Order: sequence, then C-alpha cells, then structure tokens
Amino acid sequence: MSKRRSDWQNRPQERFVRWMREGYLALDEAIEDSVLQPGEAPPEVDPELAAQHQEAALQHRHDRDLALDRLAQYDLYAWTLTKGRRLIGRLHVLLSLLLGGMIIFFLLGTVAHMPRFGAADVPANNEVITRYIEQGLAETGATNMVAGMILDYRAFDTLGESTVLFIAACAVLILLRIDLDDKGQPTQQLIAEESDDRHYEPKNDRILQGTAILLTPILLLFGLYVILNGHLSPGGGFSGGAIVSSGLILYLNAFGFKKAGRFFSYKTFQWVSFGALGFYGVAKAYSFYCGANGLESHIPLGTPGAILSGGLIMPLNIAVGLVVACTMYIFYALFRKGGL
Amino acid sequence: MSLAHNFPFFTILLCLLAGVVTSVLKPRAAKYLTLLVSLVVLGLSAATLVLTLRLESSYSFMMGHFPAPWGNEIRIGRLEALMATGFSAVLFITLVAGLYHMPMFVSQKKFSLYCIMVDLALASVLVMLYTNDLFTAYVFIEIITIASCALVIVRQNGHTLVAATRYLIMNLLASGLVLLGIAMLYGITGHLLMEPLQEAVREIYQTGNYAQPLTVVIALITVGLAIKSALFPFHAWAPDTYAFGPPMSSAILSGIISKAYIFLLIKFFYRVIGFDIIRQSHIDDFLFYCGVAGMIMGSVMAISQRDIRRMVAYSSVAQIGYVYMGLGMASMAGVAAALFQMLAHAAAKSLLFLSTHELVSVSGNHKRFHSLHGAGYRNVAAGIVFTVSAMSMVGIPFTGGFIAKLYLASAAIPLGGGMRVLVLVALAVSTLLNAVYFLHTVVSIYRRPAEDVLYPPAHHIPRYVVAALFVSMLMTVYLGIGSGPIMRVIESGLKMFA
Repeated sequence: MSKRRSDWQNRPQERFVRWMREGYLALDEAIEDSVLQPGEAPPEVDPELAAQHQEAALQHRHDRDLALDRLAQYDLYAWTLTKGRRLIGRLHVLLSLLLGGMIIFFLLGTVAHMPRFGAADVPANNEVITRYIEQGLAETGATNMVAGMILDYRAFDTLGESTVLFIAACAVLILLRIDLDDKGQPTQQLIAEESDDRHYEPKNDRILQGTAILLTPILLLFGLYVILNGHLSPGGGFSGGAIVSSGLILYLNAFGFKKAGRFFSYKTFQWVSFGALGFYGVAKAYSFYCGANGLESHIPLGTPGAILSGGLIMPLNIAVGLVVACTMYIFYALFRKGGL
Repeated sequence: MSLAHNFPFFTILLCLLAGVVTSVLKPRAAKYLTLLVSLVVLGLSAATLVLTLRLESSYSFMMGHFPAPWGNEIRIGRLEALMATGFSAVLFITLVAGLYHMPMFVSQKKFSLYCIMVDLALASVLVMLYTNDLFTAYVFIEIITIASCALVIVRQNGHTLVAATRYLIMNLLASGLVLLGIAMLYGITGHLLMEPLQEAVREIYQTGNYAQPLTVVIALITVGLAIKSALFPFHAWAPDTYAFGPPMSSAILSGIISKAYIFLLIKFFYRVIGFDIIRQSHIDDFLFYCGVAGMIMGSVMAISQRDIRRMVAYSSVAQIGYVYMGLGMASMAGVAAALFQMLAHAAAKSLLFLSTHELVSVSGNHKRFHSLHGAGYRNVAAGIVFTVSAMSMVGIPFTGGFIAKLYLASAAIPLGGGMRVLVLVALAVSTLLNAVYFLHTVVSIYRRPAEDVLYPPAHHIPRYVVAALFVSMLMTVYLGIGSGPIMRVIESGLKMFA
C-alpha cells in the first residue's frame, strides 16, 4: 500500500486542479451531497415549508463557508493572538515611529530651506499681493482687505469652502441622525437616546441658566456685529457664525432641547442653509457670469467705510455666517443625541 | 465670448446649486433632480467638447470680475471637455441603473442626503477637471473627500462603518499631504495659478534656489493624490470600501472619483511643474514601478478572493496600476494611453459593480462564487453585461480594455531597453492573471447550480435599468472598435493642455 499524506487533498496542485474543475469547495459539497442522498422518493411537502428549508439550506451553506474560512485561518489566527500579537504590535509601533520620525526629519529639513517667514524678499511678496493691498479698497469697496480678498477676488474658493461646511453637516446627518420610523412614531433607538440624554442635560441648573440668560443675547448680538461689519473690520461670516452658534449652544445646554427646538428645528437648518447657500450660489453665479462675459454687474460698491458698502460682500458674509452657525449648532446637537 | 463658452461654468454652478436645493426636497424629487442634473451636465459637456474641437487652443474663463492671478479662473480645452463628457455619461448611466436599488441600502429619510453627495461629488469632479488654480482644486478635493466617504457610509452596518472609517483616515491623510504641498509651493513661488506657477518653478529649477523644497512638494502632492486614487502600496482602503459600500457608490468611487484625482495629478505634472522637471525628479519612475507592482499584485490578490465584490474591488487596484504605469512612462504616448485607460476603465468598472450586484441579488445575496452558480441564467441581462465588462477588464479584442493595453504597449516601444521589456512582460502577466480570475467568475456564473438549492424568486428589474446597462456595454464596445477618433482627441487635447 502506497503511503499517502493525510492532507493530500490540500496540496497546492490538488487544490489548483479542484479549483479549475469545480470552484473552491466542490469536494466538501460532493461529500455533503452524498450524505444527503435521499433513499426513497420524498413525501409530498408543503411548498412553503420547502421554500423555508431551501432558504435555511442556503443560509447554512453560507455559514459553513464562513466557518471553514475561519478554520483555515485558525493556526495563524491563534499564533497572532499569542506570540504574534505582541511581536507584530511591536513591529508596527517601531515601523510607524521610524516612518514618522523620518518624515518629521525631512519636513523640518525642508522648512530650513524655505524662504524666511515675513522677510521682504519672499516670493509670495509679488504683484498679486500688491494689487490686493493697493487697489483692494477701490476695486471691492471693502475696508477689511481679507473680506475683499475672500469674498470678491477669490469668491469661488469661498463658495467651495461654504459648501464644505454644508456637505460636512449633511454627512454627519447621514451618520448620526436618528429618525422617526416610517409611520412617524419614535423608534426604540430614539427613545433610548432621549432617556440617555437626560444624564447629560443639567436639570434646571440655576447658575447655568442665569449665565445663559445673561450671555446668550450678548453672544448673539456680538456675532451679528462681527458678521455685519465683516467688510469693515476684522471678522466676517466664518468667525461671526461661530460666535452666534456658541450662543445657541449655550442656550441649548441651559434650557434643553425642548425649548431650543421652538426656534431651531431640523426644518430651520434645512431652510436656512438652503436659503443662504442658494443665495450665495445665485448671487455669485450672476457676478461670475457678468465678469467673464465682460458685462456690467450694476452692483454698487458704495462709500468705503459705510455699513452699506462693498457690493455683495455684506450679503455674502451674512450667508456664510448663517451656514457656519447652522452647521456648528447641528454638529453639537447630532453628536449629543442624534437629532434636534 | 459666446454663450457656449459659458457651458463648463454652468455645469459647475448647476451641480452646486442642485446639491443645495436637494437638501429641502422629498426623496422622490431629489432622485429626479439628480438624474436631470447629470443628464444636463452630460449635454452641456458634450456641447463643450464640440466647441473645443473647433477651437485651436484652450480658453480660460474668469470666475468674477478680476483677471487670473488675482481672481479665480477655469481653463477649458479638448481633453477636459472629453473627460467631463465621459465621466458625466458614466455617472448618468450609473444613476439610471443604480438608483432603483438604493432603498435597499439607504433609509428613505436619508435618501435626499445621499443625492446631495452625488450632486456635490459631480460638481467637484468637474472643478478638478477644469480648474486652473491649485487652491481651488484643493477646496474641491475637500468636498469630494467628504462626499465620497458619505457615499459609502449611507449603508450603516459594521463592515461598512469600519471600511469607511479607514477610507476617511487615509483620505484625510492624503488631503493633508496635498495641502502641505500646496502651501509649500506657494511659499517658494508666491503663486497659485498654474501658468505663473510654472514660470516660477522653471526659474527655481534654473537658479537652484529652493530646489529641495520643490522636490518635497512634488513628492507630497504626488503621494497625496496617489493615496486618494488607490495606487498599489497605498491601496489598503480600497477593497473594503468598494466591497462593502452600496454598489452604486462603489461604481461612482472607482469609476469616476479616483480618476478625477489622477486627472488632477496629470494637470499638476503638465501645467504646474512641467514634464521635463518631473523627469529630473524621478517621481515618474516611482509611479511607474508602483503601477507595475499594482498591476501584478492587484490581480494576485483578486485571485485569492472568494467574495465576488472584493474580487472586483481588487481588480480596480490592478486597473489603476495600468493608468499609473502609462503616466510613469512620462511620454506623450504613455500619458495618452493612460487617459484612454481611464475612460475605458470608468465605463467598464461601473458596469461591473452594478451587474455584480444584480447577479448577487438573484442568488440570495450570497457573494461566494459557488452561490453564484447559474446566476447568469437567472438574470440574463446582468450575465451578458458582466461578461462583456469582464472581457474589457481582461483585454479581449473589440473592448475598450484591449485598446488601452494596445496603446500602453505601443507607448512602451520607444522607451529604453529595460523599461520596455518590463512593460511588455507586466502587461502579458497581468493580462493572464486577469483572465484567470475574470474568466473563472464568468464560468462560475454560467455553471449549473446545485440542485438542492432553490433561489429566491428574481425580483423584477425595471426595463430602463436593463437598457442603461446595455447602453453602457455598447460604450465599452465602442471604445474598443471606434477608439481612433477618441485617441486623436486625447492626443490633440494633450498638446493644447500643456
């Protein structure tokens, strides 16, 4: 009798031949089929029951594949759980440290070769900057040079940036928002989150509420001031929007979702960001179209320094501010309990 | 400037506004708006292509009242218009064929949000194709980064969340590298617009000041974009993301979004740095060898998969390898072949993901090969479409993949000895490997299924889905038969591009 290795079926060439002929698991299937070979004609069965059985067979087959996979990986798996885990873990740490160190080293070396920051003869000090500084006021009507640059000279980039905030809010909504079910009833998850949130929500904390009553109006007013004066003084939509939203979040913390929901619901978020970004898009589309085709846009620049000046800059600042405020507020609400 | 010159600008604005409007729409309206927008974008891009075919050189379009180094600008040429047409056609077909099964993966309440992601992803792809300003490109890279992760994450089960988290981390790392590169480039040149950038880079190259930062910039931006488009050693996020996301998202990600990054990289090489300096920096060799390694390793890993969608995902890694190999040849012919491969792969890969989903769904949603036995009979259309697109992936004559490989091989002929041999051998080996796993899959979907298994009754597939799949299949076949005119457009476009 010739000697045969006990695992002859798993030799590479056997496996290759089997795979070419049958696909992966044909042998196992063949064994199973021979075991399951029916002896006599099966009795009449309920078709519904049969379908259930078939479904179960399909599921079983799938499960068995998974189990077989796991078995095949078992040796390696066990090794990685014991010795290997520590070894590979250390190797990973070592390699990452090495790689990180190398990158830091190279980048620091590069910084040493970069132009000196703030020196007069840096390449960035060229005709682009010169025009922004010297003619910015006349061309954009904005006393705040930065506002003129981001909302007039390079308004397309800023449209993109506001869209980044909007899309980030939408992505977090996809990820974290917990919905009512199809019939409009709260789901189990929603109820659980609601009750969970009680732990975090201070119940009628007098100090917090008192502070919020004092601070919220101030924060909102200051935010509005920063937004509305964006073309005149440092600030603008991005910073002002952040201040407004911090006021809203403070109010939410002090008085809870129920009271905050009276003036800021999911619908508010939808319509405000739609209105603001829609306005930004349409206004700038008009301005881009006029600019590119050499048409007069008929948007008055006004007297520099007056509150109504700077052409489109103030309305655009308001739009950006609204988007920023909504986005930050909804981030907070979603991360806290998955809804408004 | 005639109205037609405005069309690219219209397409970008239209997608952005559609994304914003979609946020307040009901799911049904959102779906139709998204379809309509992609159709209109397709029409306008095709019109732009016709216009640019009549023009002798590309033209720039001022975004606002201020000329270029001060304001933003987009630049439109034949190549950009061709790519925009190709990508929007693929997207439209993917949407028609894929949107109907999205309710399986996304809850009704979040469907509008999904449509926003599609609209904004299309907007960013268009901006990345047309932009003439590096910073604008970065802003829209941010948008597309978030959009592409959200496209995956709509399907909220454990596997998908893990895959999407990994994708997000890799993607953000890459964004960081690109931003760092752009910031350093601005520091040493003082420009963000591409033409003055190239002048400044040339000066740096001649004088030798800041030569070291320039090399680092080239490396950072190239590696950043390579991570985002799943080039071989940076591909770790790709298989799980493509396999566990909704099939339509995988089709969009692999077919369109990863190509947009590569197009941006080509733009960076041609317009910002200049190809002669790229050759001096040897980053092209790096891409070349990574591409070749990806072609082989992607296929080898695809062979060892038992799940059909992971197999298709790994084949993406291999196909991206072809594109980078063409790019790494650093010759006009090589880049043209790479661009053709991008189109051929975009057309075939979205088809492959969608038809795979159809085949899996008539097999009780089991993705193992032996569960798929007979799937080609249970859904005849999906079987045919899968077979044709698999043939294109392998590179069988009369399909786009064959022509792409032919162009790649002929681009390799003028190269030096070692590289030429390497290209030809790698092409031969990877074709063989592709044939092994794709033909194995095709054979297994036409095998007789085991008799003890009753498959669930096939759900009704709408006629328009079948029609869309067949139109896309014809596109793949057209790329294989009528490749001449497209290749001429690519070549003349590349001349206008530089």
